[in-house]
Amino acid sequence: MKRPGRMFHEVMRSMFRKAATVRYPFVKVQMPARFRGRLKFDASKCIGCKLCMKDCPSGAITIQKVGDKRFEAVFDFARCMYCAQCVDTCPKKALEATGEFELAQLDRGKLIVTFKNDCPVAAAAAAPAGTATATATAPEPKSDAHE
Amino acid sequence: MGKNPEPRGVRVAIGPQHPALKEPESFSVLLAGEKILESGVRLGYNHRGIEKACEERTYVQDLYLIERICGICSHSHSTAFISAVEEIAGLEIPRRAKYLRMLIGELERVHSHLLWLGVAGHEVGFDTLLMYTWRDREVVMDLLAALTGNRVNYGVNTMGGVRRDVSEDQKKQVLTAVDILEERTKYYIGVATQETTLIQRLSGVGKLNHEDAIHLGAVGPTARASSVKRDVRKDDPYLAYDEIPFNVVTSDHNDIYGRAVVRCLELMESYNMIRFIIANMPEGPIAVKAPRKVPAGEAISRYEAPRGEDVHYVRANGSEKPERVKVRAPTLANVQVVSHMLKDGYLADLPIVVAAIDPCFSCTDRMIAVAGDMAAINMGGTAFPGCADAGSKARATWEQVRQHGIEFYRRRGVDFARLNETFTAGGR
Repeated sequence: MKRPGRMFHEVMRSMFRKAATVRYPFVKVQMPARFRGRLKFDASKCIGCKLCMKDCPSGAITIQKVGDKRFEAVFDFARCMYCAQCVDTCPKKALEATGEFELAQLDRGKLIVTFKNDCPVAAAAAAPAGTATATATAPEPKSDAHE
Repeated sequence: MGKNPEPRGVRVAIGPQHPALKEPESFSVLLAGEKILESGVRLGYNHRGIEKACEERTYVQDLYLIERICGICSHSHSTAFISAVEEIAGLEIPRRAKYLRMLIGELERVHSHLLWLGVAGHEVGFDTLLMYTWRDREVVMDLLAALTGNRVNYGVNTMGGVRRDVSEDQKKQVLTAVDILEERTKYYIGVATQETTLIQRLSGVGKLNHEDAIHLGAVGPTARASSVKRDVRKDDPYLAYDEIPFNVVTSDHNDIYGRAVVRCLELMESYNMIRFIIANMPEGPIAVKAPRKVPAGEAISRYEAPRGEDVHYVRANGSEKPERVKVRAPTLANVQVVSHMLKDGYLADLPIVVAAIDPCFSCTDRMIAVAGDMAAINMGGTAFPGCADAGSKARATWEQVRQHGIEFYRRRGVDFARLNETFTAGGR
């Protein structure tokens, strides 16, 4: 039967239904288990092969040698596109994508995070966001591949 | 335009910046009263240089860049690209990977068509439809997020297969979601076929008859709504589409109403395909080991994206980076049809006629012609050095492209070099 107002019933019923939207900042949302959020780096597992640096599509990772078989990683989360290819690439599983997604910052420098080798892993995990010795210093010289 | 004396009428520019358009694109229409006498489309406002950027990156990096060509059909682009690369490398991906790629591809079609239905409702002032279709679209978006990790840009493809497997629990989740979506889609089909206001608004608008659809090379639902039985999944099956039973939905309405019906019925086909994929998912590995370097060669791959046929061309030279990547998005094939459809229509129909092809202009704007003599003409007399001599196939370097950009704007009165000076002098 062709008639106007075909959706009228749906509209009326929806008036008494629970809202479809989530009141986000007040109600926290849980990301799916496979979500690719902020990266976590375990310096004790890193062997310095730099394959993650090579595969990163946006040049967001810099692995630096800081001593004999000791490496630290500098992540630029402003550049990162959260594809987590580095997690797949890493042969030693030193990288991990977390469910953390609230990364907005007014200061670009705060998005450049250094994961130091001497930092105990457990402390880094327990500490709040960006405290794996977050540095607000001048950006590290980047690989010039994408400049 | 230009040389011939113009027919009597008023020329109105719609775009590049216009409230009726979701993306910058320039439509120029010649009006006699409310009636459109002729129209022209000018592309190029969203050029992002993705093809050129692909040449500077490795295949693995390109995959994520290609995926970002489009936010809606991201999986289509990345699958089309990686299929071409795998063909050159001679990689045969596991059957389970093929099924997983198809699963994500069909879920993507579902979310894209639901999105279109809402946009079409919005363009004709039926915002109730927009609200409800987009609410229901969340079901499939959440499902995609659970399967791949993200709502858009799923990042599920990798060279030699896929990155994420589907567990038994997730299979059940997919089937439950598909049941909900199917019920909702049946309701929308009811709305589309019974709501008189919608039928009368869309019928006879944006006419495209069968012959014109073939002649102008329309693709996807736009062509299928003019009874052109054209679907890459049937005509040239990729992945494992030859193993899946499905019908190519066509309609003989030849108008926007037909396009809405085709998309709604395609949703039903997609649900059945998803059920088939889940039921017949082969066991085995999800990826094979892929080399970093791809041997020299070239390949073209076709993919039926939700909007139509996607064509990717890749040429490899034996290194880790492709020598050339060319992308033809479905909107480029359909955009010529828009001019034709607008003719003899009304100005008020323009937003829905443009929206009916489900346009994605930033997917389309990608080409720049810099070969031989054409270079000098296209560049307004400032050809790239090394490209200007006739027949030269030399490609521009990044620096040349940059210089060209600066020069291009300087001729139009914007001097970037001077702008920098002003900002520096101003204490920035």
